[in-house]
Formats: sequence, structure tokens, C-alpha cells
Amino acid sequence: MNTPQTVKTIQLLVNGAQIEREVEVRTLLSTFLRDDLGLTGTHVACEHGVCGSCTILVDGRAVRSCLLLAVQTDGTSVETVEGLGSLGDLSPLQEAMWREHGLQCGFCTPGILMSIEGEARSGSSAEEICDEVLSGHVCRCTGYQNIRTAIHAYFATRHGS
Amino acid sequence: MRPGAFRYLAATSLDEVLENLSELGDEVTLLAGGQSLIPLMNLRLARPEVLVDLNRVPGLAGIDLVDGELRIGAMVRAADVASDPIVTGSLPALARAAAFIGHPQIRNRTTIGGNISHADPSSELPGVLAAFEGSVTLKSLRGERRVGWDEFIVSTFTNSREADELVVDVRFPVRPGWSFAYDEVAPRHGDYPLAGICAGVQISDGIVRGMRLVAVGVSDRPVVLTGVAQFALGRELDAATIKELGKVGREEVSANDDAHASSEYRKWLVGTLINRILGNLVLEQR
Repeated sequence: MNTPQTVKTIQLLVNGAQIEREVEVRTLLSTFLRDDLGLTGTHVACEHGVCGSCTILVDGRAVRSCLLLAVQTDGTSVETVEGLGSLGDLSPLQEAMWREHGLQCGFCTPGILMSIEGEARSGSSAEEICDEVLSGHVCRCTGYQNIRTAIHAYFATRHGS
Repeated sequence: MRPGAFRYLAATSLDEVLENLSELGDEVTLLAGGQSLIPLMNLRLARPEVLVDLNRVPGLAGIDLVDGELRIGAMVRAADVASDPIVTGSLPALARAAAFIGHPQIRNRTTIGGNISHADPSSELPGVLAAFEGSVTLKSLRGERRVGWDEFIVSTFTNSREADELVVDVRFPVRPGWSFAYDEVAPRHGDYPLAGICAGVQISDGIVRGMRLVAVGVSDRPVVLTGVAQFALGRELDAATIKELGKVGREEVSANDDAHASSEYRKWLVGTLINRILGNLVLEQR
């Protein structure tokens, strides 16, 4: 029988790259991404699952990285906002958010992008994402209307391509 | 924020979980979806000594119909309860209730076994389990037992699981001829409900032959509104009766006072939800 440990070595894919790290088992996934891997695009605010800032994809599903332990991602594929696009090479969703002014300060944006990305891939409609998925995020700048517009614009490009 | 120190085991078999539970007992905290436990650990309100992670244990995530019951493995996610064709086909009220839990990003992790075991008085699924008079299956090295919802859910955050036991599935009896529905009122969609109602009715020749009504969010555990069901038996669910049933429910329930809503307001919500749900159920029957 395996015995419970305080430190564990994990292997996972992060934005497609194979990673192997030793982690304290109490390290949150959000902390691991930011402090151990330097992927500070994943933002952290409430740290108890309410605000949505730290949302990322684990095996394609949108989840709160502050409510997962890093050890739990052993053997999984993790995607963060760094995997979507980069300056000068925005993903279609990022492009839509930029064009439609779907952000102002940008703090909540990485989490929202990852949620939309995950739900769009799982087949949700633009309307479902606007109402259901966006309810899982707190944005204090935009009033959400421009984000909704951006979601529709993004879906228009998806169907157009 | 980060959790306090603990020891962690990603169990890979049911036996491994049960052996650890048997050996370490109360020291073990079981990690299912973690959507309530990890926030509590982040806030240091929970300080587990040993965390046994159930997410890699095979055999805990099935959904099937057996012996007239819908059996849902303890590790089935709320998102899957809400969308699984077996659930939506046989118990749509359960699927709908699961869709009220938090947000999609939370439901992608939340598990049915964890949710019911957590016994949050505001949680939807314990209320649905109560309305269906469902049960949970508990396993330990000593054996297996079935425990009805009424015995399992004791009070706020308290269930009757022994320290060496694991909830392996949750069972909802399928009741032919009955129609069930769930609805709730929350400050915002995704918040905990101020009050929620799961209702089931059996109607033949326009007359109520059976009724189960359960309220959540009003007390320390789901409350069965037997007075409303008694009143309804033998009656036709016309507009006047439905209105009266709302009133009976409002008077029968004793509801909590807290920062979110007064007792009086919660009672009105219970009445309003009864009116709304029964009205819709009658419309569906036509």
C-alpha cells in the first residue's frame, strides 16, 4: 500500500510542453503555475472559487486552479492563457475580446478567456456561454456587455472558418 | 492563501481507500471534487491530517438503472449529472437541480457523493435525494450498507458516515407515474438558494394520489413538508388548490433567519415555489 506523502513529483503537460516538478502536496495549482512555472497570466483574487480569475483548463475542462492541488494534475494536460496566443499573434477569441473592448483593466480576462475556450470546445452555444459561463466570473470594469458582444463575434468567426 | 500542511495520497483502488480509512480513521479527509473542501482548507477552516484523493479510483463514476433505481457513482461530476442522457431521461428533476449548483466551472469538479456527504443545508441535491426517498451506499473493510437519506443527512455539514466508510454511490428510486420538479430562488443564479423546493406528484384521473415535497435552504437539513402532501391527497390540482397548498406550505415550514433573508421571507419563498412548481407540473401533465 502506498503511504501518504508531503512532497511528490508530478509530470504533466502545460500548454503542450512536458513538465516534471517536485511539489509540496499542499501547493495549489494556481500557486504552482504562477510561482513554480512563472505563468503569471493565471490571476489569483478570491482564492476560494468565487471570482473566476484563476480559471484554466485541465484535460479540456474549465476549472478553478485555486480549488485544485498541483499534485492532482499529475498525468493531465493543463492549458493556461499563455497557451492561447501572444502579443502580435492573438487567438481568434483574444482578437474578438480586443476588437469589442471586452476588457478594461484586464485582471479577470485570462480566466474568462479560458472558460469561454473550454465551453466553446465542449459544444456550448454563444448564448449559453453568455448567460451560464459568464456568471462564473466577476468583472468590475466592463459591465459584461462588451464581453457578451465579443463572445458572439468569436462564434461568428468560428462558424465562418 | 494556501492550505496548511497535510499528507496526501492519490488512491488508485477502492481497496487502497478502504485500507487507509480502516487504519487511519478520523485522520483521513476524503477529497472528491474539492469545491467545498479546498476553499475551507485555503481559509484554514479545515486542517486535514491526511488527504485521500478519490479522483483516480476506478469504478466510482458510473450512471446506471438497476432494480428500479438510478444509481450514480459517488465521483460523478455535477456537470455530468446535469447532462447525462440516463439522468435527463429518467430523473429530469435531478438533472435540473444539479444545473443550479454554482457555475459551470464549479460543476466540472463537484461530485454528487461529495455534495451529498457535505450536507450543506442550502445544497440542492440532498433535497432531491430526500424527495425521492433515496439512499447512499457506504463501503468499508467491514462490509457494505445502504443508508436512507433521512439517516444519512444528520444536520449542517454532518452525516452519519463512520470514520472507516466511503460513500460509493447515491441511489434515487425511479417512481413510475410520478412527476418531479426542482426550483429555487437565489440572490443571483449560481448562489446558494434562499429556499428551494423539490416536489413530486402522482396524479390519476385528475386527482392527486401521492405527493412528496421537500424544502432546502430553510433549516439545518432538508425538510419534508408532510402537511402540504396530506392536504393535497384526493384533491384536484386546480388553481385554487395550488394557491391553498402554497399557503399550507408557508405555514407548515419553520425557516431560518440569517443575514441573507428573514424567516418570514423564506416562508413566502416556500409558498411561492410550491405554487410555481405545482402549476408547472400540472401544465406538463396536460
